[in-house]
Amino acid sequence: MATMKDLRGDAPTWCPGCGHFSIMAGIQKSMIELGYEPHEFAIISGIGCSGKVSEYIRSNSFHTIHGRSVPIAQGVKMGNPNLKVIASGGDGDGYGIGLGHFVHASRRNIDMSYIVMDNSIYGLTKGQTSPRSEHGFVTKSASSENKEYPVDPVCTSIINGATFVAQGYSGNIKQLTHIIKRAIEHRGFSHVNIFSPCVTFNKVNTYDYYKERLISIEEPFHTRDAAIQSLREHHGLVTGILFEELRDDYQTKLGIDFDMQSVQSGEMDHERLTLMQERFK
Amino acid sequence: MRTSIEWMVGGQQGEGIDSTGELFARTLVRYGYSVSTYKQFMSRIKGGHTNYKLKATIQRNYYAGDEIDILLCLDKESLEKNESNLSKGALIIQEGTVENLIRNEEKQYDIFTVPLKKLASELGNPLAKNMIAIGISSALVDLPKELLNHFISEIFEKKGEEVIRTNIQAVAKGYELTTNFLSHLVSPLEKADLKDQLFMSGNEATAFGSLMAGCRFLSAYPITPASEIMEWLAKELPAVGGTVMQVEDEIAGICLAIGANYSGVRAMTSTSGPGISLKTEAIGMAGMSEVPIVIVNSQRGGPSTGLPTKHEQSDLQHMIYGTHGEIPRIVLYPSTIEEAFYIAAESFNLAEYYQCPVIVALDLGLSMNKMTVPSFNSKRVEIHRGKLLTEEELKLYKEDFFSRYRFTDDGISPRPLVGMKNGLHLTSSNEHGEDGYITEDPELRIKMMRKRLEKTKEAMIQEPFKLQSSTGISPKEVDILLVGMGSTFGAINEAMTKLNEQGRETYAHLHIQQLYPLPLEQLSDLFENKRIITIENNYTSQLLILLKQHLPIHNQAESIVQFDGNPFMIKTLLEQMKKVV
Ligand SMILES: Cc1ncc(C[n+]2csc(CCOP(=O)(O)OP(=O)(O)O)c2C)c(N)n1
Ligand code: SF4
Ligand SMILES: [Mg+2]
Repeated sequence: MATMKDLRGDAPTWCPGCGHFSIMAGIQKSMIELGYEPHEFAIISGIGCSGKVSEYIRSNSFHTIHGRSVPIAQGVKMGNPNLKVIASGGDGDGYGIGLGHFVHASRRNIDMSYIVMDNSIYGLTKGQTSPRSEHGFVTKSASSENKEYPVDPVCTSIINGATFVAQGYSGNIKQLTHIIKRAIEHRGFSHVNIFSPCVTFNKVNTYDYYKERLISIEEPFHTRDAAIQSLREHHGLVTGILFEELRDDYQTKLGIDFDMQSVQSGEMDHERLTLMQERFK
Repeated sequence: MRTSIEWMVGGQQGEGIDSTGELFARTLVRYGYSVSTYKQFMSRIKGGHTNYKLKATIQRNYYAGDEIDILLCLDKESLEKNESNLSKGALIIQEGTVENLIRNEEKQYDIFTVPLKKLASELGNPLAKNMIAIGISSALVDLPKELLNHFISEIFEKKGEEVIRTNIQAVAKGYELTTNFLSHLVSPLEKADLKDQLFMSGNEATAFGSLMAGCRFLSAYPITPASEIMEWLAKELPAVGGTVMQVEDEIAGICLAIGANYSGVRAMTSTSGPGISLKTEAIGMAGMSEVPIVIVNSQRGGPSTGLPTKHEQSDLQHMIYGTHGEIPRIVLYPSTIEEAFYIAAESFNLAEYYQCPVIVALDLGLSMNKMTVPSFNSKRVEIHRGKLLTEEELKLYKEDFFSRYRFTDDGISPRPLVGMKNGLHLTSSNEHGEDGYITEDPELRIKMMRKRLEKTKEAMIQEPFKLQSSTGISPKEVDILLVGMGSTFGAINEAMTKLNEQGRETYAHLHIQQLYPLPLEQLSDLFENKRIITIENNYTSQLLILLKQHLPIHNQAESIVQFDGNPFMIKTLLEQMKKVV
């Protein structure tokens, strides 16, 4: 069985106190507690402070480009259905530049987990407004306070058909690990949004902010509507597994006997070629 | 006796013009002729003029021809738009109230009016009206009816006896009409016996070649003229354990395919200009992270949405240079449908061997039009999966974290599959060291840049170019070299033959299939002491610019361009040549 040491990659360069540390620890703990070996995972990350997670966890990792971890992760899973695939990145990465992919992944339901480190700010580019920044939020990238309203990530995935939707908080690593474990084991697209304070640039959504406001639930809501209603009532500040539904994942639904990697070096399949050519005559 | 026939059917979109053209083309293929076709169509579904042009010859041809011997007009525009291309003595077949043959002395063609709709209805199948016209056409070149009947039974097999019977009757009606009204116009087509021919489009050949080379996954977004690649593979891949995914946009298209490649699958994406624009960032990632990917770009009229259903070759520089920063890549451009099959197959070998993006360029002319192709040879391109490691080989490295980007003599690092027990590794779009971890160390950066950018230097496909001249002329010793790429192959080739026949200067035809990296050594020998004229469908002479950039040919090279959305005709090529030479 893997130990924490086995899962340690490059030395993290995150600011001390950054919420992303606990999320990474939560992913590592989940991998250990579920009893998998590092090589059974593929961790695909986007770009941002959060995106570095793929370099810090020792696994099969792909540090990709901004906003595209989700489509790349889906391709990885299509290519090798045996892998446990985790995509991860920031709120800017996933709900700004990558929002379209996130919505489509929710409705497509490929068996993978998407873990978003939501600090409601652009960390790596040094503190600009993010699509999760609150109305009225002040940053250097805007000439006045934020006039836009934030994206609602969990309602978005719930409404678009994700079969596992959860929300966690960096300050509660126990709950976080429980959620991530369940997300990894869930068969289908699982979306986990995790509040992850950026101690350097976000002076509004701090640990105290979340401590005062977050409520947590023990049991998932039974319907998508109930989950959405509760989230609306609590301004989205609800943690726990919000909704889960068992439905065949995309690859199962296709019903194809997948065999994509086994192509061998050597001559083309002469018989197949001859057979297939017939239809062009 | 004629040795070729040029035929066209024109009408409104949605009227079965395509299927009528295709049926006649396939009939001629069955009779052993070499057939080239060209479809004109518009970016709308119903209405708007469309036509299907074909040329059948007794010897191999690659060009659908300048002229029209028989024109089947199912709308007014068919004649208006094509009158100037009618050959001397052409016959026009038109819907009319009664059978009637009218001679246009001034223009030297005949118009045969015939109540096709009425006759077909009388046979009990109004849909068979175009089949009467095919019957007339076949009779005019004296094709034996029996084989045609046999072919009809075959293609309408699923539609049942009744449909077969009425269609066979419709064809017989056409033969009868020819006998009764047009017997003096009958000019038999010399018999041909080209064997083992396939009839397919460049898109089909590309998709087929990819599948045969082991491609098992395609993710893409619909776009003319590339969609057919996705549609063809969608039908064929499940049988070999693969699949196609139509995804939310072109960025997802390339990203999923890169993901699958990272998993160790031969995977591709296919698109056209607007899509290749969207894919450029991901192309850069594949180059930087050294993940293989095959991208097919079937070019159409740009810029922006441009001429979405028209032909152009204007993405050349975008394919070669598009993306920020500098990456290794290979850009190929098949010259014929036959080559599209083999080059598609080779592209997967190159992508995996060099671990970089390989772009296979097509153009609308090559993608969408069908041609006869000799049967493929399963031995010509072998599958080579490059430096992919097996579990056994991996063990020998004894590394608990595999150095994915280790330096090697040829710059190509061995690649484990994701999921292998001893193959944990990091793939990264950031600048990285051998272990994949981020680095900003200047020395390491220089070494990594050199590793990546020099590894494709020797990349070479089996036929980086095609070089031909007329019989009796050595292509290496001509005065003038005509240089092209892609679907202009047939037109340039025939133009060259005609120019050589004129007997003033001598000409050869060079068609480049490997655009990047260019086969510089061979080209530089070839270019010595010759005038070079590139022939290309774009405004800025992108091929000429590319050649000039790499070879000292500034005082000996010029270009002929056409960017009106249509492919070159031989006659316009010859006119333009007169101006240049
Ligand atoms: C296409 C592209 N645009 C912009 C950037 C610059 N960029 C890097 S990270 C980032 C935002 C990061 O914010 P987020 O995703 O929330 O991650 P965080 O740093 O907050 O964890 C941006 C805009 C980029 N790398 N690529
Ligand atoms: S800038 Fe913010 S998000 Fe980035 S490492 Fe520092 S605390 Fe974390
Ligand atoms: Mg952020």
